[in-house]
Amino acid sequence: MLRFLARRLALTIPVLLGVATLVFSLIHLIPGDPAQAMLGESASPQDVAELRARLGLDRPLVEQYGRFLQGALHGDLGRSLRTNQPVSTAILERMPATIELAAAAMIVAVAFAIPLGIVAAVWRGTAVDHTATTLSLLGISIPNFWLGPLLAIVFSIELGWLPVSGRGTWAHLVLPAISLGAALAAILARMTRATLLEELREQYVTAARARGASRARAVVRHAFRNSLIPVITLIGLQFGAVLTGAVITETIFAWPGIGRLLIQSIGFRDYPLVQGCILLIAMTYVGMNLLTDLLYGLVDPRIRYE
Amino acid sequence: MSKVGAATVLIAIVAALIGPAVARVDPAVQDLARRLDGPSATHWFGLDELGRDIFARVLAGARISLLVGIVVVSISSAVGTLLGSIAGYFGGLVDETISRIIDILLAFPGLLLAIALVAVLGPNLTNVVVALSLIGWVGYARLVRGQVLRAREFEFVQAARALGAGTPRILARHVIPTALPAVTVQATLGMGGAILAEAALSFLGLGVQPPTPSWGTMLNGGRTHLLDAPHLTIFPGLAIAFLVLGFNFLGDGLRDALDPVTGRGAG
Repeated sequence: MLRFLARRLALTIPVLLGVATLVFSLIHLIPGDPAQAMLGESASPQDVAELRARLGLDRPLVEQYGRFLQGALHGDLGRSLRTNQPVSTAILERMPATIELAAAAMIVAVAFAIPLGIVAAVWRGTAVDHTATTLSLLGISIPNFWLGPLLAIVFSIELGWLPVSGRGTWAHLVLPAISLGAALAAILARMTRATLLEELREQYVTAARARGASRARAVVRHAFRNSLIPVITLIGLQFGAVLTGAVITETIFAWPGIGRLLIQSIGFRDYPLVQGCILLIAMTYVGMNLLTDLLYGLVDPRIRYE
Repeated sequence: MSKVGAATVLIAIVAALIGPAVARVDPAVQDLARRLDGPSATHWFGLDELGRDIFARVLAGARISLLVGIVVVSISSAVGTLLGSIAGYFGGLVDETISRIIDILLAFPGLLLAIALVAVLGPNLTNVVVALSLIGWVGYARLVRGQVLRAREFEFVQAARALGAGTPRILARHVIPTALPAVTVQATLGMGGAILAEAALSFLGLGVQPPTPSWGTMLNGGRTHLLDAPHLTIFPGLAIAFLVLGFNFLGDGLRDALDPVTGRGAG
């Protein structure tokens, strides 16, 4: 296991370095002078020069890159151009809101998807299966930036049951969590159905039935348990989609998380903050993928020796 | 399902091609006196915040969506297939380099890199296509690389090599065709993905800019009128879901038809 862990960690380091390099180069992809772009066309040459010096853009590229990496390693991602607050502080302040939303969305997704996937697999080929399959395709096809406003129209405006935006009580969390979790639920339901169908064909399920286990017991206690491994892996791998989805959901519901901060920072051309948000989201995603891989290796010993 | 998907996509294509002529309403014409009017016999989907006909704008938006989908999928699949087959066929340092680039790009979740790229390059249609193509090729490259790794060991490929066929010929005539069914499925699903991504970027204000009618931009415009004019939100969203669902149905059906093993199980 230790060798597997070391090998997997060693593979992650170049990826993290690549991610950091790409995020660093973002600012240099800005057409023209980045400092001028951040301050706008009307800025005086003096202000532009000052900002260029402040961001270190007047130094050689290699030095800028070295400073960026060093800063990133120490959690120093510079300061926001608009508020002068350290980027890391601004992001850390917003982090709990995003974690709360992402966790709630994943709970919603699992709660809907697993039963739906099981029902579709057990009653395969019937109207129940077709309905479940169509529902999951709908879930994948309906964008969360449409589902969110639709939910708000029905449950906040028409029925008045839930608040339309903001964060505070659990009621504020319901609509954003459903809106963000729907697509994941759809993907998970499809995966649950597919893996469960495969497991149901296995001999141990037939054996369990032959020993007198009821159909429900054979499905839930035997087949479903084994189908969980790929499903759990998928949940881990889909975490990235949830993080990206959060950028949109937070914007729709004025949820004060990192996603909303990112979009606001883009609007203000606050590029240090944009870089910080992108770097953090990508790093979290890489970390989650690593964790999923490690867990998978822990659960299924065959993976470790591949 | 695939027939429903094909029909849906066909309807959308026809609507995009001849719709604006049939609608006979200019999607840019404003009638400020009747702004936010709901659906009626003259304006089927109602009027938007500037009094423009939403039906005409949805039809015009279909052109943008399909155009983005076709261009992004064409560029991504061509670049991805080429790089994936080069990586898989040659192996060694070439494979290592391409695979590491793929790993790094895959380390960014979905749309995030596109958001970042458009944020620095500037929000417009061209940059959306550039950004989506830059992240889009990765999926095809990984898929094709895997297929080519398998295909290069096939006897007919080795026979072609033994007969003295050059590498470009072997790749183009023997290796890449084995990956084409999988690429076709991915491209069909990719159309839906690209359309969704463009709409998402435009919704966030990072894609197609007003007054050009894009479904995402229209949804963004509708956000401030959820209370008084929900039709601004309902119709463009319905159009996105309709078209993306069509491509997903079609992709699923194609996968079932082209890959009977996974098709039967994965449904």
